Amino acid sequence: MHTTNAVNGANYLTYQGKYKGLLGWIFSTDHKRIGLLYLYSIATMFATGVLLGLAMKFELLAPGKTIMDAQTYNATFTVHGVIMIFMVVVPGLPAVFGNLMMPIMIGAKDVAFPKLNLLSWWLYIAGVVLVLCALLFGSGTPDTGWTFYAPYSFKTGTNLLPAVFGAFVLGFSSILTGLNFLVTIHRLRCPGMKWTKLPLFVWTLYGTAWIQLLATPVVGITLVLVALERVFGVGVFDPALGGDPVLYQHLFWIYSHPAVYIMILPAMGAISEIIPTFSQKHIFGYKAIIASTLAIAFVGYLVWGHHMFTAGMSGTAQYYFSLLTFIVAIPSAIKVFNWISTMYKGSINIQTPFYWAVSFIFVFMVGGLSGLVLGALATDIYVHDTAFVVAHFHYIVFGGTGFAFFAAMHYWFPKIFGRMYDKAWANIGWLVFFIGFLALYSPMFYLGMMGMPRRYYDYLEEFHGGNILSTLGSWVLVTGFIIIVVNLVRSARKGPPAEMNPWHSKTLEWTVTSPPPVLNFEKEPVLGEKDGPYNYD
Amino acid sequence: MSEDKHHHIVPYRLYVIVLVALLALTFASIGITSIELGEYTVAAALLFAVIKSVLVLTYFMHLKYDKPYIKLMVAFVFAIFVVVIVITFLDYLYRV
Repeated sequence: MHTTNAVNGANYLTYQGKYKGLLGWIFSTDHKRIGLLYLYSIATMFATGVLLGLAMKFELLAPGKTIMDAQTYNATFTVHGVIMIFMVVVPGLPAVFGNLMMPIMIGAKDVAFPKLNLLSWWLYIAGVVLVLCALLFGSGTPDTGWTFYAPYSFKTGTNLLPAVFGAFVLGFSSILTGLNFLVTIHRLRCPGMKWTKLPLFVWTLYGTAWIQLLATPVVGITLVLVALERVFGVGVFDPALGGDPVLYQHLFWIYSHPAVYIMILPAMGAISEIIPTFSQKHIFGYKAIIASTLAIAFVGYLVWGHHMFTAGMSGTAQYYFSLLTFIVAIPSAIKVFNWISTMYKGSINIQTPFYWAVSFIFVFMVGGLSGLVLGALATDIYVHDTAFVVAHFHYIVFGGTGFAFFAAMHYWFPKIFGRMYDKAWANIGWLVFFIGFLALYSPMFYLGMMGMPRRYYDYLEEFHGGNILSTLGSWVLVTGFIIIVVNLVRSARKGPPAEMNPWHSKTLEWTVTSPPPVLNFEKEPVLGEKDGPYNYD
Repeated sequence: MSEDKHHHIVPYRLYVIVLVALLALTFASIGITSIELGEYTVAAALLFAVIKSVLVLTYFMHLKYDKPYIKLMVAFVFAIFVVVIVITFLDYLYRV
């Protein structure tokens, strides 16, 4: 897979184990190799999801049918959603950078259960294959939307069950990764690595692992119930059989809202590593960030009903969910305050990861504040199921998690591959991507406010201008994406050798050679009283 | 982190007693369905299931002999579960 010239002798990329070539990768239990397997798999799925998104935006370039009919459009947004949520952003940062970096950051040789870790990746691949089968075989591509809402999910004639089963298997992959990380963080920290000396990325992985472990089984069971209803006619969600479709929404969002925090917490963790490094300053409010991480993980469990304000819930439940939604905004705001305060009076070193990190803060704030419009009962009824919602969650999920992913990629790239990328092209890629992102999603806020519904392949003439801008934005964004990928792929093979610690960071992964040795450390690290992940002074 | 060398050895007799108790509770949960309890049927079944789960967690899964933080984690999981159920019923109990 890699022909990187080992800069520092034997490392995890060049190591020759029991198997050679591709087998040496897909059967490797090394956490770093598994992290790279995830990176390549997730990047492939992301590119697929981007192509589908591009097709949807092309369809919306003009009113009426442009390149696809209504049914194809329904299938396209369903598959785009399933791929992007279950295969890209949920595994995203934990599976890639959690695997690649977390054990090194806590001074461990590997995760607690390396074989289980490899099984997680295999389950991920099995889930992907199952979903792809749903697209290619049977009675048509699923068209229910990624949420598989009842009654669509038992009325549709499309090939839904393989997609549902695929999502179920992907859930198992997520649970096993969460379990593995929980045990690793509890049991394998090096001597001196107290809980108050853990890097914040590791803390956010810890919070995420709890959510993965506790929330994912709920959606697993729910998807099994959908299958039972479709195959055996057991009445759980179908009113005709005595079921309740709103119950499906409860069960689905009991998982899928915490899943939003599975996506965003590690993203916040990566940003909390990058900002102090490029400000060369101790993170402001270390303990406040930990507390807000745990608060988000906990309160995030209890707000799922804000997805269902118009679904016919009781008024009592609506007030409760709206209140809690406003409360969960507080710990997120604490984090933003801490990042800004860290930069204040720091020695700021403007590099590509820093650009990604500050643009993350911007898009995350826009996404978060527009979420409050949806969390308030009165305004939600007005903009529910409009393009406004699509703009909001793309600002949070793509703008938040996606930008943090690229930030983390450019931050840890020299450590992962032992080579440095072309910084000028990386900056150009970021700028083009950022402009494309703003042009693609910002008009949707306006279109939604004006009443354009989501999930329609057609629209009224009055929405034409905004849609043209949005489609043009998608082309700019994809151009930026191509620049970034070409630069990174080329640099991984031919870039100049990277230093051990090019950003002058203080966390443990920068104390080992680039790329890291097979067992990470020559000698187990020991943290002294004065050592710490952000002790720059 | 240092490994805990001490492992509590549970006598076989205790395991057998727990096994017998679990079997007895299983038969009891089937038996109770022959009595007409109306709306409390589900509650009775759940009660037996809860007692059985507690027995399994305490003895078979060694929770009784584990460190306090492990007990705290398990308690936290159940607390979350209860809270989620209560919140869901904020919808069902107050619908008009």
